[in-house]
Amino acid sequence: MSKNEWPLWEIFIRGQHGLNHRHVGSLHAPDAEMAIRNARDVYTRRNEGVSIWVVPSNAITASSPSEKGPLFEPANSKVYRHPTFFDIPDVVGHM
Amino acid sequence: MYAQLVKSEGSKTRDEMTPEEIAFQERIDRGERIEPKEWMPEGYRKTLIRQMGQHAHSEIVGQLPEGNWITRAPTLERKAILLAKVQDEAGHGLYLYSAAETLGISRDELLEQLHSGKMKYSSIFNYPTLTWADIGAVGWLVDGAAIMNQVPLQRTSYGPYARAMVRICKEESFHQRQGYDIMMKMAAGTPEQKAMAQDALNRFWYPSLMMFGPSDKDSVHSAQSMAWKIKINTNDELRQKFVDQTVPQAEYLGLTIPDPNLKWNEEKGGHDFSEPDWSEFFAVIAGNGPCNEERLGARVKAWDDGAWFRDGLMAHAEKAASRRHAAE
Repeated sequence: MSKNEWPLWEIFIRGQHGLNHRHVGSLHAPDAEMAIRNARDVYTRRNEGVSIWVVPSNAITASSPSEKGPLFEPANSKVYRHPTFFDIPDVVGHM
Repeated sequence: MYAQLVKSEGSKTRDEMTPEEIAFQERIDRGERIEPKEWMPEGYRKTLIRQMGQHAHSEIVGQLPEGNWITRAPTLERKAILLAKVQDEAGHGLYLYSAAETLGISRDELLEQLHSGKMKYSSIFNYPTLTWADIGAVGWLVDGAAIMNQVPLQRTSYGPYARAMVRICKEESFHQRQGYDIMMKMAAGTPEQKAMAQDALNRFWYPSLMMFGPSDKDSVHSAQSMAWKIKINTNDELRQKFVDQTVPQAEYLGLTIPDPNLKWNEEKGGHDFSEPDWSEFFAVIAGNGPCNEERLGARVKAWDDGAWFRDGLMAHAEKAASRRHAAE
């Protein structure tokens, strides 16, 4: 095995104008410029995008699966954050 | 099937499972996807690395029999199409390697295991592509068999694997259609061309049936992999489906499937057919197929010959980075 393994990059593609970049996968490349070139060949062979972001994988900090409860459960009890929580009489019209 | 003989680890009864393992199995039974950083049994991780690695290697080695015909395609259009297909196979290999890397093994390590013979690739790619009709047969039958296997894998329990399969399946049906298109042209051509198409079918039929792996009664690893939902259908189920799908396609071409026992069985609602020669299958898997040496040799040579280039690009990137660093 070569000790010189190319670093890993996470690839984000904007599918169409007006949409967010979305994570599509990862690939190896020696530097950012080559990562973009490789991403074009690996992830946009069928016109899947109009823009590419590449990010070194080791630059991403992810939440841990074990934190799922403390992070996300508090939102469960706050149903009043959704507009459907409030009953507005029909006569008032669209709101 | 691109992963034919995947050794499964850690077959346990419920009584033998730890509470963590039980909770994990329950998540899978509920249809939840497992994601990279989440807890998983070591056996699940190892079995997946083996299966996804074998799958990725098959995509990569699968470029070789077709690459053989890029310079000899009969027209410029056929050449461009074949080139695009082979490029897709490279892409499929890369999606799968990067999905496998989320399990804590590097792509270089996977390649090292392929090159040393520790990891396998599908037996089908150890057969030669002797004529242009073989390129048709490979697309029609080999990619057809691969699709049969890959469509259910879009629902596999490991998230990155399932997502890679979604991408691959979207692209794969182009491959099968281009193969069938070649077969239609050949079968409707001169008597010599039609004979060439028949010859390709004769040679690729049984190796294609072998792609689904050994018969269920001899497939010792299926049960655990199915419980973990990294295998969705049994080998025999998929093989039956493939035969039933392919028979009318061969009829349309006016070609004969090389099996005197092939006939419709009303009672089971499927075709009866002859099993491939399993001793041949095990011989090819063990390294004694017609092209094993050539295929692996070409892979190792490409990797070794490319080392200076990979190292050069890396050295350039490091130099540029340190120059930027100094300028800041």
